[in-house]
Amino acid sequence: MSSMNMVQALNSAMDVMLTRDPNVLVFGEDVGYFGGVFRCTAGLQAKHGRQRVFDAPIAEGGIVATAVGMGAYGLRPVVEIQFADYILPAFDQLVSEASRLRYRSAGEFWAPITVRSPCGGGIHGGQTHSQSPESIFTHISGLKTVMPSTPYDAKGLLIAAIEDNDPVIFLEPKRLYNGPFDGHHDRPLQPWASHPAGEVPDDYYRIELGKASIVRPGKACTVLTYGTMVHVCLSAVEESGIDAEVIDLRSLFPIDVETITASVARTGRCVIAHEASRTSGFGAELGQLVQEHCFHSLESPIRRVTGWDTPYPHALEWKYFPGPKRVMHALKSVMEN
Amino acid sequence: MNADNPLAVSPATLELYVPEPAARPGDTPDFSHLHIPPAGIVPRPATDAPESSLRELPYQLIRVLDGQGKAVGPWNPKLSAERLRHGLRTMLRTRAFDERMVRLQRTGKTSFYIKSTGEEAIGVAQAFALNRDDMCFTSYRQQGLLFARDWPMVDLICQIFNNRKDRLKGRQLPVLYSAREAGYYSLSGNVGSRFPHAVGWAMASAYKRDSRIASAWIGDGTSAEGDFHYALTFASVYHAPVILNVVNNQWAISTPQAIAGGNEATFASRALGFGLPGLRVDGNDFLAVYAATEWAAERARRNLGATLIELYTYRAAAHSTSDDPSKYRPEGEANAWPLGDPVERLKQHLLGLGEWTEERHTALLAECEEEVRAAVKEAESHGTLHSGDDDLESLFEDVFETMPQHLRDQLDELRSIG
Repeated sequence: MSSMNMVQALNSAMDVMLTRDPNVLVFGEDVGYFGGVFRCTAGLQAKHGRQRVFDAPIAEGGIVATAVGMGAYGLRPVVEIQFADYILPAFDQLVSEASRLRYRSAGEFWAPITVRSPCGGGIHGGQTHSQSPESIFTHISGLKTVMPSTPYDAKGLLIAAIEDNDPVIFLEPKRLYNGPFDGHHDRPLQPWASHPAGEVPDDYYRIELGKASIVRPGKACTVLTYGTMVHVCLSAVEESGIDAEVIDLRSLFPIDVETITASVARTGRCVIAHEASRTSGFGAELGQLVQEHCFHSLESPIRRVTGWDTPYPHALEWKYFPGPKRVMHALKSVMEN
Repeated sequence: MNADNPLAVSPATLELYVPEPAARPGDTPDFSHLHIPPAGIVPRPATDAPESSLRELPYQLIRVLDGQGKAVGPWNPKLSAERLRHGLRTMLRTRAFDERMVRLQRTGKTSFYIKSTGEEAIGVAQAFALNRDDMCFTSYRQQGLLFARDWPMVDLICQIFNNRKDRLKGRQLPVLYSAREAGYYSLSGNVGSRFPHAVGWAMASAYKRDSRIASAWIGDGTSAEGDFHYALTFASVYHAPVILNVVNNQWAISTPQAIAGGNEATFASRALGFGLPGLRVDGNDFLAVYAATEWAAERARRNLGATLIELYTYRAAAHSTSDDPSKYRPEGEANAWPLGDPVERLKQHLLGLGEWTEERHTALLAECEEEVRAAVKEAESHGTLHSGDDDLESLFEDVFETMPQHLRDQLDELRSIG
């Protein structure tokens, strides 16, 4: 075990897989010699060689396309899209190719690729370095979409994603790279070193995709969340004094319907929180799943806490970000009925 | 006028330029603006020649068969008569197949078909010049490649019929084949998006110290897509062992090649900015297509990287069975194409060599038609489109490696409600 922040845990996952499997390659913009703008691939080229960890042209569509071709050959490429905001040039390759190849060829070809990309705001990144595009991927049949919230989960989920024979979109909340940011941007950030999930095994382990984690058991209501908002919700729950159960989905697709519905059936109340904007966000899917499975258990309307339906602003970042106050407001609202 | 600056001139009035082809419906076909150099005049560099010595090639036109059907010049691949006859036969099988499939579409046994008429030399000669295990990322008009690799016609017709024996489980529009065993990558209706996959596949082959190379095909129209640029960039940067082919058949549905920039520079010349060799080849000349592909394949296999080949041809058929070219191009344009028909030209060559006769040709035509007829009959015994053998589970299979719970639930929903 070592104390790792999320960057180190992701690096360790790729290091472990590069060591275990000669078919694993890592490439993307600035990931080679330099080790990535967030340092997630630091040292990997020096250790595993330039043919296995290398820089790519600034062409996200080309990065994903060549990864699909490599996957069809039999490799297991792990590519980095430098910011999730830049993934859109690769969208056609993800939707029309990576996610459809197995189906349209009836299993003759498939794309076992992992697309890593830092997402989310809170780093003064403005509208082009802050977005959370998960719901545009969960809508696509044939893609898996994962978002960890701790170093421990990040490593285990990334290893499972790399070993998966289907394409996985692996979104990394970059505000969590250095610590479990709880939304209190005016307070010092707690480092991962002082958090239990910052203790990470050095060797290989997997966390199966599709298994949610109950990060805080509770009886009063259920909070469904993922990514940075896990820590924001935990902080809001403590401050509100409401005994909420907080569920970190970890994997948006496949989704752990059993854990979600079992919890809401127990608590009868539900808050859904994500950083992405509201309309057609993943929260809409979650709300509908809860409604379908738990309608008769619900004591109050489901509430969503999300980013606003605007582009992510620069100066007003903390007015956009769904911080603890907004989560607490929703918690109180579902408890009132 | 700016009195202080004697060099200033009044600007011309700006005018937006929109290119048009030389002839439209009602006009006489006109290819007089094309420069078609004689066969045999383009030098053939060594396959390890540095790219800097190859920069004239993208503006030339590699041709081997002259007007009399004689093979001339340094690009003559000197194929045996046996191989030439095999090439002719494979092109004729392709043509007979195409003709028959269109007739079946007209009778409602399938919904859609795409012919390769006039372009048969491309799929066939290129397959001949590649190894059978080289992976091909084609567009939907290189079906000749499958016949060259002796892929069973029945299998293709079952796909076209979407019947019980369709290996693709009825998921794909007719002709969007996948045949991994034949080194034939899964096709998609989105044009161009597999072009850079060939580069990734080739990079993987190089990474694994394999000896197989990749080859990809894209149309003149689709070369305007970003995927084309991605492919050339990655192929150039990583010296990928891949052949990147632009089939310039003059028309992208109704859009002339000029709208993809073909009047401003040759498609082969796109290679220049990437430091790749670019060959421009008479696409209706079986021998020239073979020779250029063989050159590029040898170069790739020697670890010297990618080549861009422009195959200069003409789409003699409609874009697809859903298209009517009389609405946008003049009647008889295919017959006016100055580079003729690939089948006729190879036939003429063989006749000139004394290796072929009209009688044998007539017999071969009948043989090809009979082969297709028999294959259709066998395929029809497994059903045709909408013959009602719905396998509901197949709708939900292969979305993922294993079927997730929500798809099982949706399958149950479909079964119980319909």
